[in-house]
Amino acid sequence: MSIADKVAVRLRVNGEDMAVMVLPYKTLLEVLREDLGLTGTKHGCELGECSTCGVLVDGKPYLSCLAMPLDLEGRDIVTVEGMARGSDPHPLQVAFAELGAAQCGYCTPAMLLTAMALLDRNPNPSRQAIKDALSGVLCRCTGYVKIFEAVELAASRGAAGG
Amino acid sequence: MADDLTIIGKSLTKPDAYAKVSGQTKFADDLAPPRMVYGRILRSPHPHARILSVDTSRARALPGVLAVITGDDLPVKFGILPVSQDEEALAREKVRYVGDPIAAVAATDEWIADEALELIEVQVKTLPAFMSIPDAIAGGNEPIHGQSNVHKAVALEFGDTEEAIQAAAYSREDLVFFEGNTHLPMEQHAAVAQYGADGKLTLWTSSQTPHYVHRALGKVLELPMSRIRVIATPNGGGFGGKSDIFSHELVAAKLAIVTGRPVKITLTREEVFYAHRGRHPVLMKVRTGFSKEGRITGMQFQSFLDGGGYGSYGVATTYYTGALQATTYAIPRYRFEGVRLFTNKPPCGPKRGHGTPQPRFALEIHLDKAAEALGLDPVEIRRRNLVRPDSRTVNWLRITSCGLDDCINKVVEGSRFLDRRRAMPSGRGLGFAVSSYLTGAGTAIYWNDMPHSEVQLKLDRNGGVALLCGAIDIGQGSDHILAAIVAEVLGVELEDIQLTTADTDLTPIDLGSYSSRVTFMAGNAAKAAAESVRQRLLQSAAMALHCDPEDLVARGRRIFRRTRPEDGLSVAQAVQLVEAEQGVVTGTGSYTPPRLAGPYKGSGVGPSPAYSYSAAVVEVDCDPRTGEVRVPEVWIAHDIGRAINPVLVEGQVEGSVYMALGEALMEEQSFRLGLHKFPSLLEYKSPTALEAPVMHTYLVETIDREGPFGAKEAGQGPLLPVIPAVANAVYNALGVRIDEIPITPDKVLKALHDKGKRVGPKSVPAFGFPPLIKSDVPEEWRGK
Repeated sequence: MSIADKVAVRLRVNGEDMAVMVLPYKTLLEVLREDLGLTGTKHGCELGECSTCGVLVDGKPYLSCLAMPLDLEGRDIVTVEGMARGSDPHPLQVAFAELGAAQCGYCTPAMLLTAMALLDRNPNPSRQAIKDALSGVLCRCTGYVKIFEAVELAASRGAAGG
Repeated sequence: MADDLTIIGKSLTKPDAYAKVSGQTKFADDLAPPRMVYGRILRSPHPHARILSVDTSRARALPGVLAVITGDDLPVKFGILPVSQDEEALAREKVRYVGDPIAAVAATDEWIADEALELIEVQVKTLPAFMSIPDAIAGGNEPIHGQSNVHKAVALEFGDTEEAIQAAAYSREDLVFFEGNTHLPMEQHAAVAQYGADGKLTLWTSSQTPHYVHRALGKVLELPMSRIRVIATPNGGGFGGKSDIFSHELVAAKLAIVTGRPVKITLTREEVFYAHRGRHPVLMKVRTGFSKEGRITGMQFQSFLDGGGYGSYGVATTYYTGALQATTYAIPRYRFEGVRLFTNKPPCGPKRGHGTPQPRFALEIHLDKAAEALGLDPVEIRRRNLVRPDSRTVNWLRITSCGLDDCINKVVEGSRFLDRRRAMPSGRGLGFAVSSYLTGAGTAIYWNDMPHSEVQLKLDRNGGVALLCGAIDIGQGSDHILAAIVAEVLGVELEDIQLTTADTDLTPIDLGSYSSRVTFMAGNAAKAAAESVRQRLLQSAAMALHCDPEDLVARGRRIFRRTRPEDGLSVAQAVQLVEAEQGVVTGTGSYTPPRLAGPYKGSGVGPSPAYSYSAAVVEVDCDPRTGEVRVPEVWIAHDIGRAINPVLVEGQVEGSVYMALGEALMEEQSFRLGLHKFPSLLEYKSPTALEAPVMHTYLVETIDREGPFGAKEAGQGPLLPVIPAVANAVYNALGVRIDEIPITPDKVLKALHDKGKRVGPKSVPAFGFPPLIKSDVPEEWRGK
């Protein structure tokens, strides 16, 4: 493969239209991080096993390490950088910060986006619904407890649609 | 006085929280300096082999390849411990585990680098591999290192244990095995190296121990340390897994020097499993005598550690498997024999609890069995043997504060353990265990007289404070601890503190985020630095206010008279007064732990300025048809000394419980034909959100006299009691003893069908331990 093999990809990320020339076998994870500078999306395995790379596509959790950008033209991609409104963090981000739900912070972007997708379809989820929704995103620091509590706190503050 | 504290003891949002929740925190792999290229490492597919030749010519010829290096380019050996300098950045003569690095490539992209690795031709002569403790002891024609596979053997005795056990009313012996497991941080290790035109090397690395990486780079690259700058990036999880010196750090640096380009190496998830340095598999034999009241009369403990291919922290780990038995229980006579064997597996090292979860598991199931035989309940036998605050153990470890009795009360009452354990529904069980842990290793890796932690402060005219310290935040919240202590002492707010951490060019030394040392040691250094500055601020303020400095209080960004709070000035004004008189306002503080080592060889591992204590009750729900064990609820109490930030302490405790449950029930680093059986996040089972139990966390404060504001540690200790509590709960539920970690369904089923209702080791290999080093016992244990 060489530079001549690059193709143009148009992506809508965090509400912005972006065009970038990339090698066609690059994953969405790689294009976000390396070509668009959106390093808030992390990688944990690059095999679809840990969900650390999770983003939202059309509002649903999506593994960016297994996604090919060419498949996602015209879709609405949201990364952690797209959660805040201007300088105001999303209520989930505030709750995670306040309750210590981000320890090392590495799984946090995917955890936040997955929780945001949950609250958007279920504004007041039960503990079990939160566990079910987040069960694919691995965290090694927190034991998940503070994460559950943060999602509940954000929900109680009316985070859905926020 | 606690009531006077405004920041310490409050569950405030930590300084790095918003960077983390916004995705703005820059981890090592997020860095990409201009002109950066990618490094990849060729690793051995053989567990044990002699390298005959390495031909890199075809790889070098591939377009896009900028450099290919082999062991001959980095011939100087290194290792984290001065006594174990047995590693090479790239193996030269031999490979000793699958994954041992052999050669490395720098290329313009990762695909080219990977392709180049395939073009490197390595000729080897494979050697018989030693894949277990008995294999390693049995030996063969070619040991892994030197003349024998024995890496370290130790034998210590404090008083006559044989006599104490022989004379006891009751004694028993148990054999226990703890399989190895790994840290599994969500962030893979990554490093970026840059070599400037000025001949200066910079390495950004996800490391818990930048100071030791700095030393190793100087040694292996044969460069003066003043020309090397190591910056530890925030660690995306550590748990001990980033506290060694890794091949990719040295290789990235060398490739940057060779190519003149910044070089990044990020390990793949599979490489992380092989890089390892995690929990040692340990086979143990524990033999203890008891009085008829259940008091321990003497104990003999043997450990066999499966070390993997290199030394790593293994000498320290070996001692740790024997050091902390006596910091939990009053043991009047104690013998410890330990041996670490080299095997052809990824090297083991420190994981959360470093060398102590394995013996803790053995000891706590051993005590449960003894309690049953003696007709005592599991809580009572512990209560009868607890260490006392302000005492010295038989192996000369100094205990200061000890809140274990309170911890026990909290979890026993919270869970109604004593009532409920006798009347659990079918398949349900409750288990109990206790533990203790270090608050920082009392001796440094390199023995010297210098401080273990240092902090430097610089105040600006607006009352802002620049805080510089070598400590690195690995998610445990060390940035908050430093900022909170300085803000509290100076009477400013948390957001007034600007942190610069873990940059060997800028920050004074902190030895690293390991051994639960940062809150205690860097915290004490921060407190000393802030107090030195505060004194000068108060003196100048007192002059301006015409009062005695003793009458002044610093709080809420003001310095004011205790009796007339309206009489005061701002901290910023006080800084300006000092600056006008004395120039730039700075302060430093250092912490050196007291010299605590006992009068015997091997006494350097185990001493700590303070010990934390934990107690746990675990409830299990077992399915006797499938052997599956679930944990619906956990009660955990932890003696933290003082919680500088309770929400962060709870996070450490809950995270410890989680990691313990993974180790107890599912995680294992095991091998077949030299290969890891499960080197991926799917196959290596770890608990998900669905397995998270209800956790009841109790923080017990004992206000340790030497800790900063009385604080001890929380990052590691709370893991320890949970694992044996699970095993004890399984016994309560099903009447079977699983004397082996992890407690997987197959073992539970096997035990249910076993005549002795037990799964676990049946013997230990014959091994000739060295002659016992017989130490005196401290005064308080003489004649007891």
